[in-house]
Amino acid sequence: MEKIMFYILSAIIIIFAVLSVTSRKLYRATIYLLFVLIAVSGLYFMMEYNFMGAVQLSVYAGGIMVLFVYAVMMTDKIGEPMRTISSKRKILPVVIAVGTAALAIFAIYTYQGIGVVNEPTVTTVEQVGNKLLTYKPGGYVLPFEVISILLLAAMIGAIVIAKAKKLVNREKN
Amino acid sequence: MIEGVSLFEIMSLTTILFFIGIYGFLTRTNLIAMLMSLELMVNAEAINFVAINKYLSPAVLQGQVFSLFIIALAAAETALALAIILHLYRLTKTIDVKEVEKLKY
Repeated sequence: MEKIMFYILSAIIIIFAVLSVTSRKLYRATIYLLFVLIAVSGLYFMMEYNFMGAVQLSVYAGGIMVLFVYAVMMTDKIGEPMRTISSKRKILPVVIAVGTAALAIFAIYTYQGIGVVNEPTVTTVEQVGNKLLTYKPGGYVLPFEVISILLLAAMIGAIVIAKAKKLVNREKN
Repeated sequence: MIEGVSLFEIMSLTTILFFIGIYGFLTRTNLIAMLMSLELMVNAEAINFVAINKYLSPAVLQGQVFSLFIIALAAAETALALAIILHLYRLTKTIDVKEVEKLKY
């Protein structure tokens, strides 16, 4: 049962990822990316890491996708196909991507030294919270604080960059 | 871990997803579309962290905490990049990388 679910999710991820990078309409590509992100959150739920699945749904499929949709609406003429490079110039990217992917999958399947633990484990929110906020060895309280400062800096930076023209004009006056 | 699915299958899936992202990054000329290919790659990495943690050593939570940090970083990166792209569009009226040459000379 879980195997079938995994294969369905994989098929959704791969098909919509391919559509998302090949579609000539930018708005459609954005919506295909949304399907990929939702299927990825399904993978997290299948791996019994419910908190990450919820974060993926709310931050990626909720927040980042809204940003993308707004950016597309502000910059793109919706319905008009995007400019694409000629199919002759797509040969090299296809060769690079397929060749390197084949090489990597070959390397994964021929590697022998993996000792896999075969027991299903559930990661609870409590475990993750304890790990993130503990001061003891193995805790992640410092990266956690650094990330929060980084998010604040990114927020201020985004506002300043998006308003930069007004600031420049004010300095001139 | 997922019952009946081996680590190899999950890693094959993430490898394919990552290289679809690489292909999109190389062929797209629209800046927002390139950023979307980047999101595909970041997602593949986050799945890899969680899957390897779950299959190899479920007792420690390192990979799962790292995947949370990856999502936070991706959110910050996307917000900044989209702000830059919007500003660029206001200056040049296009976000096609072939036509944006302001930094070139």
